[in-house]
Amino acid sequence: MCRIGAIKSKNYIHPSKALHLMRSQQKGHDNSGFAMVMQDLGGRFANYKELPILSMACTDEGVKIAEDILHEAGFSRVMQWSPEINEQAGLKIEPMPNYVFQVLHYPKSYKYAPAHEKEELLVDIRLQIREALEQTNDGYVYSFWPDVLTLKEIGDPTDIGTYFNLWQPDEDFTAKIITAQCRQNTNYDIVRYAAHPFFLEGYTALANGENTFYEKNKNFQKNLYKGYIGFESDSQCFLYTLHYIHKILKWPLQYYKHTITPLAYDDAEKREDHAILQNIRAVLGNLELNGPNTIIAVLPDGTMFNTCDAKKLRPVVIGHTADTAVISSEVTGLNEILPERDWTQDIYTNEREMVVINNNLEVERWQQ
Amino acid sequence: MATMKVNQISRDDLDWQIQYNTDRCTFCGKCVAACPFRAIEAGVEKRRKVISDHFTPEPKVQFKTVPVIKQCVGEYNFCRGCGICERVCPNEAIKPVRNEDSRFGVKYRATLADPYKRGGRANLATEKRTLDKIKVGRISQMTDPSLDASRHTFDMLAPFGRILPADEMPFDVVDGKLVMNSATPKVNWIYPIIVGDMSIGALSWRMWEAMAIAVAYLNEQVGLPVRMCSGEGGVPVRLLKSRYLKYVILQIASGHFGWNRIINAMPHMQELPGGILIKIGQGAKPGDGGLLQAKKVASHISEIRGVPKADLLSPPNHQGLYSIEESVQKMFLSLNSAFKFQVPVAIKVAASATSVSVYNNLLRDPYNIVGGFFVDGLAGGTGAANEISLDHTGHPIVSKLRDCYNAAVHQGKQGQIPLWAAGGLGANWNLAADAFKMMALGANGVFTGKLMLQIAGCVGNDHGKCNACNTGLCPVGICTQNPTLVKRLDIDKTAEQIVNYFIATDNELKKMLAPIGNSSLPVGRSDCLISVDRAVADRLNIQYSC
Repeated sequence: MCRIGAIKSKNYIHPSKALHLMRSQQKGHDNSGFAMVMQDLGGRFANYKELPILSMACTDEGVKIAEDILHEAGFSRVMQWSPEINEQAGLKIEPMPNYVFQVLHYPKSYKYAPAHEKEELLVDIRLQIREALEQTNDGYVYSFWPDVLTLKEIGDPTDIGTYFNLWQPDEDFTAKIITAQCRQNTNYDIVRYAAHPFFLEGYTALANGENTFYEKNKNFQKNLYKGYIGFESDSQCFLYTLHYIHKILKWPLQYYKHTITPLAYDDAEKREDHAILQNIRAVLGNLELNGPNTIIAVLPDGTMFNTCDAKKLRPVVIGHTADTAVISSEVTGLNEILPERDWTQDIYTNEREMVVINNNLEVERWQQ
Repeated sequence: MATMKVNQISRDDLDWQIQYNTDRCTFCGKCVAACPFRAIEAGVEKRRKVISDHFTPEPKVQFKTVPVIKQCVGEYNFCRGCGICERVCPNEAIKPVRNEDSRFGVKYRATLADPYKRGGRANLATEKRTLDKIKVGRISQMTDPSLDASRHTFDMLAPFGRILPADEMPFDVVDGKLVMNSATPKVNWIYPIIVGDMSIGALSWRMWEAMAIAVAYLNEQVGLPVRMCSGEGGVPVRLLKSRYLKYVILQIASGHFGWNRIINAMPHMQELPGGILIKIGQGAKPGDGGLLQAKKVASHISEIRGVPKADLLSPPNHQGLYSIEESVQKMFLSLNSAFKFQVPVAIKVAASATSVSVYNNLLRDPYNIVGGFFVDGLAGGTGAANEISLDHTGHPIVSKLRDCYNAAVHQGKQGQIPLWAAGGLGANWNLAADAFKMMALGANGVFTGKLMLQIAGCVGNDHGKCNACNTGLCPVGICTQNPTLVKRLDIDKTAEQIVNYFIATDNELKKMLAPIGNSSLPVGRSDCLISVDRAVADRLNIQYSC
């Protein structure tokens, strides 16, 4: 079983927090990998909020492939950073030769381009790099987006932390939102792309459980948007549905819940907005979620939320203090990194609600 | 050597031979009276017996004339094997026995120069049904718990009507909520099994009424929103003007039978019909058109259809339609507008090598008014058809349904025109299993016809038994207008048994949904199916297991 976790804070936090959050739950997962997405970056990335950051792990040839594509498209490098590698004997990790975090300037022709054109460009370039890397098996590109870093690796999470020197707090490598998971996709082939969290155009999602509607979801999503690719993990579908509802259809967030876990026909019938609900169910029945799942997601504006499937559920708990909120598969994770919180205020998300944490760290419970 | 008439039809030419035991017969006459085909008659036979009533043999010959029940032998009065004689005989003295060496097919044609006609289904099934080679092989375990079929709430409704793509929905965001800014195509959410579509005329009015009663009861008492399709034979005016019309899907086919009455009744309708189904073709005898022989056109059939007593042929195509686009513009638009776009309009076609092209075309229709694609496979039943069409034309439903679904997936339009499939479903008496598998392969729902007749007491089967629906002499009162024969059918009992069958089926569907962990219909969940037949697995793109 997966264990997932997410931290959202008013202050910049170091990934070691995420490692502590996840390691305390290690009996529940199989310690087969570590992956995280950092958003709203501080430290050395704090001054580049508007510029896209390329996150990739690749061979030397892979670096060249990506740089050629970026160069040809007109991007220019502003800054590059690679984590300090701490190689020790006996670490359980399967490292890639290079971990690249590169801040780039948009092409000059995009100087006055509207936001959506820039966004499409970033998706196109990332897909182009991904395809090129896949052809020669030279690496993986995880995200190419402003103010976002992604790191994924196979191995023991504790050792991965040691390898990247992530156990040591570092003010230059921080973010206000960190989502993390400590497991690779052990049900199927172990592929780096299959590791949660998944990221697309400012949206992040990670999930626990099995998506039993994977085939239905995938068959429907693969024609909806060019970025809905891969499907190495059945949980990618949850991200794509969120992106489709919120980014492409521009529906308010609560309709994500109505899409993935529609109310029973009888219950929907009694509501004032039954026509809307029935229409959503009709047109997006292929995006329903059958469970058992719990999903943590982050929106481009930094809003974080959690929701579950409507009948089988998976464990999840949300705890918070005045300046930090944490979502965790197990309460032990909360106890580890938020021991001072008022645990009576912890929220165990039910099957019909979304727990939403906004940028003021206000925790709202939206009932479906 | 004795002479014989080689070319004359004889008893050993027939498909069925009457096995009769004089010793058990009491000559009550029930069998003769009950046989609607006049395939048996009372007669006498001469018997010669040699006896001796002395101590020493003194043989004497006695001739006796004894009464017997005899089989008639002819191209018209022949035994269909329905077994009604056996059912009514108090002494088990008589029954039909299949003649493995029958030559009837050749005798009939060679004598009458006429295509042989019959009802029922294709009788040339040579191997196990495809659906029986498919199992539900993905059972929720460990990480995905199964549901409890008896306690969990299941949500089993299917759309009848056009579903728009999400990005074409007329939604506005007002105060953080979605609101509709214009209408969407009408969609009725109904039970995923439709009773259909068999006409009054093909069926006796008692059978048709029993189905209508059953459907109303299922809706109003049992809570299952089952719909029934009228078939193309008109609808009783009383029903058209009643509140029960909402449970009926009206069919229009190439003969347009009964539509005068339907149109005249429109101003008096209390409720809108549950839908309109335009029938282009049917799974049995595709391309041959419907056939109601004059002998079944009783006076009430003439009236309800608005036709004289004559052989009634629904032409194999709609005379005014020459293309798919034209059918959309003419029939769909006119029928949609007739009911002010409040009644979804769907189309029924025979499964065919061309079904996918038609479906693709409809999916791309810019008017968004095709509310369902009903595909009917060759194993469907029929009231009357030329045997050659029944046995040698048509397309199995399973792969065709799958192809249609895959075509929609390929276009990214799955679910937009709901797929409904039929054609021999429930032929193994278990409709729930067949329906479930078809849905997992991509159907939104299924429809069933022949099975309803079998629930009512149809004695025919797919091995040539009875199959006399075309004769107007149905021995159980289901497919006849003969006033004596129709009384054999108990309307209330038939309605009750159809209701019971649906209740059982509903429970069995849940028994299939629970192990895969679904609380809604498993449309497109082919991941839960496996096949023990490699060819079937490959063709349907499901997991092969052995």
